[in-house]
Amino acid sequence: MTGVEIAGVGLHPFGRFDGVSVTDMGVTAVKAALAEAAIPRGGFQAAFCGTAYAGVAAGHKVLGALALTGMPIVNVEAGCASGGAALQLAMGAIQAGQYESVLVFGMEKMPKGIIRSTFFEPWREQAGLAVTPAYFALRAQRLMRESGITKNQLADVVVKNRKHGVHNPDAMFRKEVTAQEVLDSRLVCDPLHLFMLCSPNEGAAAVVLRRAPADGTARVTLASAVLRSHLPGSVLGEATPLSGIDDSSIPPPTTLAANAAFEEAGVGPDDLDIVECQDTDAARELLAWEELGLCASGDQARVLADGDATFGGRRPVNVSGGLLSKGEPLGASALGQVVELVRQLRGEAGVRQVAGARVGLAHTVGRGANACVTIIKA
Amino acid sequence: MHTPVHEGLFTLDPPALLGALCGECGHHSFPRLAHCPYCGCENVDPVTLSDHGTLWGWTEVTTAPPGYEGVVPFGFGVVELPEGLRIVTRLTSPTATYEYGLAMRLQIVDLGDGVVTWEFTPETGRGV
Ligand SMILES: [Zn+2]
Repeated sequence: MTGVEIAGVGLHPFGRFDGVSVTDMGVTAVKAALAEAAIPRGGFQAAFCGTAYAGVAAGHKVLGALALTGMPIVNVEAGCASGGAALQLAMGAIQAGQYESVLVFGMEKMPKGIIRSTFFEPWREQAGLAVTPAYFALRAQRLMRESGITKNQLADVVVKNRKHGVHNPDAMFRKEVTAQEVLDSRLVCDPLHLFMLCSPNEGAAAVVLRRAPADGTARVTLASAVLRSHLPGSVLGEATPLSGIDDSSIPPPTTLAANAAFEEAGVGPDDLDIVECQDTDAARELLAWEELGLCASGDQARVLADGDATFGGRRPVNVSGGLLSKGEPLGASALGQVVELVRQLRGEAGVRQVAGARVGLAHTVGRGANACVTIIKA
Repeated sequence: MHTPVHEGLFTLDPPALLGALCGECGHHSFPRLAHCPYCGCENVDPVTLSDHGTLWGWTEVTTAPPGYEGVVPFGFGVVELPEGLRIVTRLTSPTATYEYGLAMRLQIVDLGDGVVTWEFTPETGRGV
């Protein structure tokens, strides 16, 4: 199989940027990634752009601003996994021999507060059945019941990620919080308090992929990028249906994607040095741990207490600060994780560098349902 | 005059959710669709679902979400019907005393201007 090199990455910081358009942010990230990859004009043969809210031809606007059009530009929507979906398409095209180099980017400019989604029919909004954080809350409550997680431990996840975020200049929140501050923040939907939920915000990320040189000189390679959708049945799954059945034997989309990604990359959970995973809310990160096979169901409390997932621990999770620190610009979030992992695997992550990181995993899951798992190797 | 928030989801008198039973895979489903959401077949029979069940999950929505003009706070959760079907539903607020397995019963609730939808309420709290 053709190897795929990650030749360059670029980012527009995640946060709130009044007066900066979503196109402007995309331009910043794309220029940075192309410069890193040292790609000449016309040096990539296709572009895939992930976005959920930027509207028609969002990717065309970015590349048009740089006079880089002419090649196929495909805009991809897959909810929170939009960037991962774009990455999967680009990787597959290179592996198939269709292209030599492909630009992948994603960007978003989200309104504040609860995200209004065209996913929901108007009647469902009118009836009060389209409340995204309430779904998160129910999922958190079930995790607490089934895995013995406490509200204090949900707060500990926030403490961990916000502590990590202090060292990420591209994050929106760079101030540590205490567990007490998390528990004292406004109750949004019990058991979730405001600080346990990530903020939809703005940002962009870009990645340049190219066929890996045959001499094995690629510094960082994309070992797998796998997108999966849900199977029917899970009432609280990201597909947000109106009903479901006993789902205990139905694999969630994250597990479907992870299993395929591990197989394609030829590694398992124990081989990972660093993980970036979906922490839309504090409970979602803990659920992702078991869905990805990082720990057994019910083992999250021990992993948290032992500091295994904290910087300096055995396998740190969300060293970038996660979405809880960075905020979540949907189309950019999956590629933002990839940017973090690439910098880590190159040894360029500065004070938050995970020593000796060689294999990393990135995970996003959201509306659709869509789940994407990406594995990157140095 | 009561107008259902959406046609085909429930009846008003008696209050009942309109579901389906698949003749192939045997799963109940809600809402009623042309194809079974579990196996995709068209061999689905319309059924009236049980008007009672047990509480499987609950929370309270304290801020009006986008597109919603009814009262807040309101309860939101999942009730498991005897058929094994888990229904996403509004719940009578407040939910502070709710617990797993609480017996719940279906009723109709006014969202304002005569537009109605379904909700579940604790059996003991009926008629409040
Ligand atoms: Zn069926």
